[in-house]
Amino acid sequence: MSLAETASSRRAAEASAASLALRGIAKAFGDKKVLRGLDLDVAAGQFVAVIGRSGCGKSTLLRLIAGLDAPDADAIAFDGTAGVAPRVMFQEPRLLPWANVIANVEVGLGARRREAGARQRALDALAAVGLADRAADWPGALSGGQKQRVALARALVSRPRVLALDEPLGALDALTRIEMQSLLESAWRREGFTALLVTHDVAEAVSLADRIVLLEDGAVAIDLEVALSRPRLRGSPEFGRLEETILERLLGPSRRN
Amino acid sequence: MSDAVTALQRPLRATRAALRLDVRRRLAAAAGWIVPALLVVVWQSGASLGWLPDSLLPSPFAVVAAGWRLTRSGDLPRNVEVSFLRAIAGLVVGGAIGFGFGLANGLSRTSDRLTDTTLQMARNIPHLALIPLVIVWFGIDEAAKLFLVALGVFFPIYANTAHGVRSIDPHLIEMAQSYGMQRLELFRRVILPGALPSIFVGLRYALGIMWLTLIVAETIAAQSGVGYMAMQAREFLQLDVVVLAIAIYALLGKLADVVVRALERACLAWRPTLHGD
Repeated sequence: MSLAETASSRRAAEASAASLALRGIAKAFGDKKVLRGLDLDVAAGQFVAVIGRSGCGKSTLLRLIAGLDAPDADAIAFDGTAGVAPRVMFQEPRLLPWANVIANVEVGLGARRREAGARQRALDALAAVGLADRAADWPGALSGGQKQRVALARALVSRPRVLALDEPLGALDALTRIEMQSLLESAWRREGFTALLVTHDVAEAVSLADRIVLLEDGAVAIDLEVALSRPRLRGSPEFGRLEETILERLLGPSRRN
Repeated sequence: MSDAVTALQRPLRATRAALRLDVRRRLAAAAGWIVPALLVVVWQSGASLGWLPDSLLPSPFAVVAAGWRLTRSGDLPRNVEVSFLRAIAGLVVGGAIGFGFGLANGLSRTSDRLTDTTLQMARNIPHLALIPLVIVWFGIDEAAKLFLVALGVFFPIYANTAHGVRSIDPHLIEMAQSYGMQRLELFRRVILPGALPSIFVGLRYALGIMWLTLIVAETIAAQSGVGYMAMQAREFLQLDVVVLAIAIYALLGKLADVVVRALERACLAWRPTLHGD
């Protein structure tokens, strides 16, 4: 339970994370240029929050990193090791309604679903999000927050080295959202993956991320280290100051108007 | 002490409640048969009191008697078997082709562009209008009935399969692909189960059309089957056999519906709307 112990387990976990290097990333949909020559480096095991106003290209960036779309120009490099499959948590849970909860988690194992011990790994992942007793239920019987927890278990069951999160908590009520944030943080501390969280909630970014990247007009406008110790208290003055700074910058242009 | 008593009573009370629920459920299931039973009673009374002359509508008792007579002679089982096999064969052939085209056109834009217009045009021809042509082509052989039934069930299965495949949430497909599902697995685990509710809708329509087509085909051009039996009976003014044939069609239709419902309950258990049934 000592600090040294957590630090060493953290370091062991980071060995299984991947770093990310993005150079001159561009993406346009028709005439609309969403990303214009974006550069971003993410260290292995880092938790980066990407924020910005609607339409700034943050979701597009995430989809490129996750391999769901291809960039128009230049490339995204993970740290050179083969077999880096970023896992994605979407805005919606996207569970298969005709498969029970445990089968949905097993989808996350990909081709390794047929290996021995796959069921046990899925059960462990489900237990880690506190839903071990719902393994046999249909997704239709779960609440919105529970569905996202199953989606988190599905994303984590294959022990990904990069986890891309596309506003996965946006549709949840305030209390469930805070619960999910701490669940996400503890999963990240335990597994040590590199996390990229797209969000429009500044408080969420400040409470979870090591680093906050603010996108504006398809490029990085601010790149900010968050030096607060964990677990972070929302009521603390440093928390509030940082949140205020970022909000100020986000709302700046419209306030001046 | 009182704790022990309540602990004993609780399961008892639970069993009693379950029993009451069971009785209520059985009553609810039987409710659908009240109206048909009443109709038979009114019909029989009308016949017994002489309001319904035998030459217009024989009594239920006469119909049952005809059924018994023809069962003993072996005519009824043989004709029912022939009709049943024709219906199933037509459903399997037409359904399989419709399912195949539905999948192809739901999955592939090219296939859809190539064949959908043709199929939609063909759909607007009432397939029973082809009977004269079918008699010229196939005579009054089994092939004629098979062709007509298969043609009739093809369209509802085709249209609903294609619709089911097309209306699958693209988000789910993207999710499955991001988790590395390959084509075959994507089909088996996402596309097919997603299209299944719509396919069942098509199957129900198809069953209705299947019986309708078979009755018409057997009435016009056949030498065996329930429809043929009814036409023969009309020639000899055996109205009890005609009514018997109609009742058998109704029962076969109901049977098909029961089978599809059971299949739906087994395959679509995940749908919240089906939990209540």
